[in-house]
Amino acid sequence: MSTLFDVPGPVARRRMVWVNIAATIVVVGIAVWVLLRLNAKGQLDAALWKPFLTASPWVDYLIPGLVETLKAAGISIVTAAVFGFVFGLGRLSPSRAVRGVSGTIVEFFRAVPVLLMMIFFYLGLGKLQILDPSDVPLVAVVLGLTFYNGSVFAELVRSGVHGLPRGQREAALAVGLRGGQSLRLVEVPQALIAMLPAIASQLVVILKDTALGLIVTYPELLDAARRFGSGNGNILQALVVAALVFIVINYALTRLADQLAGRVGKRTAGKPRTEAPSLVVATGKD
Amino acid sequence: MDDGFLQQYLSLFDEFDVLAAFWVNIQLTFFAGILALILGTLLATMRISPVPSLRWAGSTYVTLLRNTPLTIIMVFCVLGLWGQLGITLSPDFTTNFFRLAVVGLTVYHAAFVCEALRSGVNTVPVGQAEAARAIGLSFWPAARLVILPQAFRGSVAPLGNVLIALTKNSTVAAAASVAEASSLMRTMIEFRPDVIVAIFLTFALGFVLIVVPIGLATTSFSRRLTVAR
Repeated sequence: MSTLFDVPGPVARRRMVWVNIAATIVVVGIAVWVLLRLNAKGQLDAALWKPFLTASPWVDYLIPGLVETLKAAGISIVTAAVFGFVFGLGRLSPSRAVRGVSGTIVEFFRAVPVLLMMIFFYLGLGKLQILDPSDVPLVAVVLGLTFYNGSVFAELVRSGVHGLPRGQREAALAVGLRGGQSLRLVEVPQALIAMLPAIASQLVVILKDTALGLIVTYPELLDAARRFGSGNGNILQALVVAALVFIVINYALTRLADQLAGRVGKRTAGKPRTEAPSLVVATGKD
Repeated sequence: MDDGFLQQYLSLFDEFDVLAAFWVNIQLTFFAGILALILGTLLATMRISPVPSLRWAGSTYVTLLRNTPLTIIMVFCVLGLWGQLGITLSPDFTTNFFRLAVVGLTVYHAAFVCEALRSGVNTVPVGQAEAARAIGLSFWPAARLVILPQAFRGSVAPLGNVLIALTKNSTVAAAASVAEASSLMRTMIEFRPDVIVAIFLTFALGFVLIVVPIGLATTSFSRRLTVAR
């Protein structure tokens, strides 16, 4: 089961049954208490929840909001992938100047909060007046997500290549490929396959961060739920439903990432990982 | 960059209290960090315990909370907890919003703290536990002397990452009407659009200056503590 516990014997098993029952009572007790409190405030009234079983809030609010959310996330994934590919290769460049510039850009955007970037682009683009004002929120959300997640993708490319066994590059050089060719034909393709699961779980981050669009007036799912909820006096219920939609999609993406991790292992010399590299790494290897 | 620009730029700091705004973010990070560490440790204990119901409760919490956008949690704290359920954490308006934001940041990041601690336990090879049992240590001595010290060392790096994420995410408190750095940046840009890029770079650099030292410190801490295997 885990390193901490041995396989339980008969005494431990009996004790565990009692602890399990006691713990169940506590957990269920907390849940019941919360529900009772909600009920006392009238938040469990069927009238507040029922609208979500009808078509109107979904057709008029939640689905259009979800479409906007998926649109922003979809565009950002593509642009972030391009950004990440360019700067990831930049960080692997033989030229010290290119490596330095790419490294600084990537580290900068990984340290700046996404919301700060979104607000900057939102107000900046609004002031420049080069875009249709109705497009400004979407572009601001996409740019903010692109710079942050693109930098994460760049780190994925770099750490993916560094995570390959040295023999891959040595073999490529031995058969007469040049350094750049080895990178392009041998190392980066394998790194990307090994990184697929991590890319899938980064999609969860992108999808969650689209909700920041609320603050820059982008009409995404959270904003739609809030508008519906404040118009119908069931804001709490609307937020819970919106959260559930996010949870279902993100849970599916997480499962996909785990499945990919099990499947791509044979197709790369690298080690598949399910999480994007972070600023703090335990060993110098990443 | 002529003298006039510099004058314009410096006048910003007389007009707006940038440091005070960052101080709010640091306070949010500090309080939410400590509370998330406590709640996260409790959740991690539940998730690695041999009791099925506790494991289930812990993993349900983590699955639900870490797949929910922080912005929803923040909006929920203000519009749901305060607006609908009438939960007030302070008679003072500003303090109330601040505390609600701390609650939002805490419940969200506790899920990540839990995962960081759990990944620390997972870095300990089974052989360590087997060796501990082989020399006759029972559960508590084995956990206290052999497994948990190594697990703690293994979780320093992931905990550092949670702290960095928390620092950056403290800006989302803007969604809970807390006057922190991102909302001050917005006000400043709206009042002084002439120096918009300089304002953004100031705030961005402020976060770089907070985040990078945390990253360096936890990296070196984690390397110093890491168990050679």
